[in-house]
Amino acid sequence: MGETKTRERDYAAAEVTMQPSKKQMVDLYTVMVTIRLFEGRLPQLYARGFTGLTHLYTGQEAVAAGVCANLRKEDYITSTHRGHGHVIAKGGELKFMMAELFGRKIGYCKGKGGSMHIADLSLGILGANGIVGAGIPIAVGAALSSKMRKTDQVTACFFGDGASNTGAFHEGLNLASVHRLPVVFVCENNLYGISVSQKQHQAIQDISIRAVAYNMPGITVDGNDVLAVYEASGQAIRQARAGEGPTLIECKTYRWRGHHEGDPNQGRRYRPTEEIEEWMKKCPIRRFEEKLSEEKILTVAKVKKIREEIEKEIDEAVAFADESPFPDSQDLYEDVYV
Amino acid sequence: MREITYAQAINEALASNLEKDERVFLMGEDIGKYGGLFQVTVGLLDRFGPERVIDTPISETGFVGAAIGAAMTGMRPVVEVEFLDVTTCAMDMIVNQMAKIHYMFGGHGKVPMVLRTPMGAGRGGAAQHSQSFHAFFLHIPGLYVVTPSTPYDAKGLLNMAILDENPVIFIEHKMLYVTTGPVPEEYYTLPFGKADIKREGKDVTIVATHAMVRRSLAVAEEFEKEGIEIEVIDPRTLRPLDKESILESVKKTGRLIVADEGTVSCGVASEISAWIAEEAIEYLQAPILRVGSPDTPIPFSRPLEKIYVPDEGNVRESINKMKEYL
Repeated sequence: MGETKTRERDYAAAEVTMQPSKKQMVDLYTVMVTIRLFEGRLPQLYARGFTGLTHLYTGQEAVAAGVCANLRKEDYITSTHRGHGHVIAKGGELKFMMAELFGRKIGYCKGKGGSMHIADLSLGILGANGIVGAGIPIAVGAALSSKMRKTDQVTACFFGDGASNTGAFHEGLNLASVHRLPVVFVCENNLYGISVSQKQHQAIQDISIRAVAYNMPGITVDGNDVLAVYEASGQAIRQARAGEGPTLIECKTYRWRGHHEGDPNQGRRYRPTEEIEEWMKKCPIRRFEEKLSEEKILTVAKVKKIREEIEKEIDEAVAFADESPFPDSQDLYEDVYV
Repeated sequence: MREITYAQAINEALASNLEKDERVFLMGEDIGKYGGLFQVTVGLLDRFGPERVIDTPISETGFVGAAIGAAMTGMRPVVEVEFLDVTTCAMDMIVNQMAKIHYMFGGHGKVPMVLRTPMGAGRGGAAQHSQSFHAFFLHIPGLYVVTPSTPYDAKGLLNMAILDENPVIFIEHKMLYVTTGPVPEEYYTLPFGKADIKREGKDVTIVATHAMVRRSLAVAEEFEKEGIEIEVIDPRTLRPLDKESILESVKKTGRLIVADEGTVSCGVASEISAWIAEEAIEYLQAPILRVGSPDTPIPFSRPLEKIYVPDEGNVRESINKMKEYL
């Protein structure tokens, strides 16, 4: 994808062993940094009125990067209202994403969807989703479809701890397990359903134990450790592809910012500052960068180069979005029906 | 032509689509071994196997949502929700997902699926198994709403619904399942947005849906003896609505009754009445009258249910009111 070398997706890398190659590790790092830097522009752009409602993924990048690195282009994902990371990790183009956030006609959804509805069917991205938990049954259906069409496509279904309390979660996981469908349920437990802490919204600590109820494997991993996510999801995806059924993976992580841009004081009404700072110390990108430096996979110069190239691509995406026209008034009435 | 029931006509449409298009599959509660609560899918499990006729858990959000995902990725699911009342358990999937995906994604992606579900009171089903709130779906742009009143229409419209690229809410009527009518054996489709004039007349137009079509036709016969000629038009699809045929009829007769089994308030009849008042009031020689259900939940007790369901008596009453303006 794109012209930028740094972010060229290597789908062959999806045929992986447990241990990623050096190149794959650099790719994982690059995807995480892309998500971080792309979203890094959004608070300003939002505050200045360039974009509408948006929910940032900052702090959770290892989950999207680690899971999607195991997926092929034709595999599917369903995403959430906090979807930028998933879309970027699955190969979404920054300029069309940014144009969509700007509400421009050339954006992924012609400016009609915005941050919460970005989709790219050609990349298997079945859409971000504004309703908590709603992507789960849809992911199950995509998996059912792959099974019926006798392809070996896998669907990765992202959702949060909040969604794990919905009926859609239960109905979706139940249906997937009854039919042993090729879907991997990736629960990003960022400890809050909007403002309500996990302690207040469920009586369990590890959401993965809910897998027992569906007779499927359930595992909990450190969601800020991209290699842990990569390995756990890689195994689950290989099992799904081999027809061995679904898995529930819980990735424990944390969102740095408020629930959405505009959440007063970045969610400090309901989260202690110390807790936020504690999690920021566990930054998935810095941790991985340190590891890659120690192992001499990344040099300071290489890090600088990667970041510069991504910043340049984002600059171009912002300029592209800003220069693109808004939809025409007539567009309001189009695309209601096929 | 041979006559079959409304339920058999739907069954034939499902079978022929399963036969000719491998993307088509059925999902729903009790549609396999049981043959569907109203026996609409009877025999299809044996013919097409459990991979294409899927008995689901009682889990409307789950299987309606799964149908959406399957439709987005190349399949043509037809799901059955056992009662219209129960679509409420899948409302997020229907309203926020199925109806809007094509638009939200800027015209990319589509959800070619059919959701079949029966409405209608008259079987002692009480408040949660008898409702006719199909008008609700007309509030949701992105859905087509199909309302067959005869076996012939049911087969042709369902064939069309399965071919269509958009999500279709296919509203069947419980009390019509056992009614019979002529139906060709071969495959055929009926277009959406094309009303059927079930009876021609020059004095009063009745726009009627579902069971109200039969009820209106019966009453129209009675009034013919008095020299009052009643035209009965069945829109067959409420979205898209064949405004042209209805307008033409109202211009001819100058009098309009709209008969639909939903509650009168904010219902199908209200919408058609309002639109005619806006666009054709100069042709009207009488107030528009609506026939429908009262604004109450549906009672269980037979005598109460009988009062609740709009029937021939209600249609007759409306025509008698109209007579003042003839």
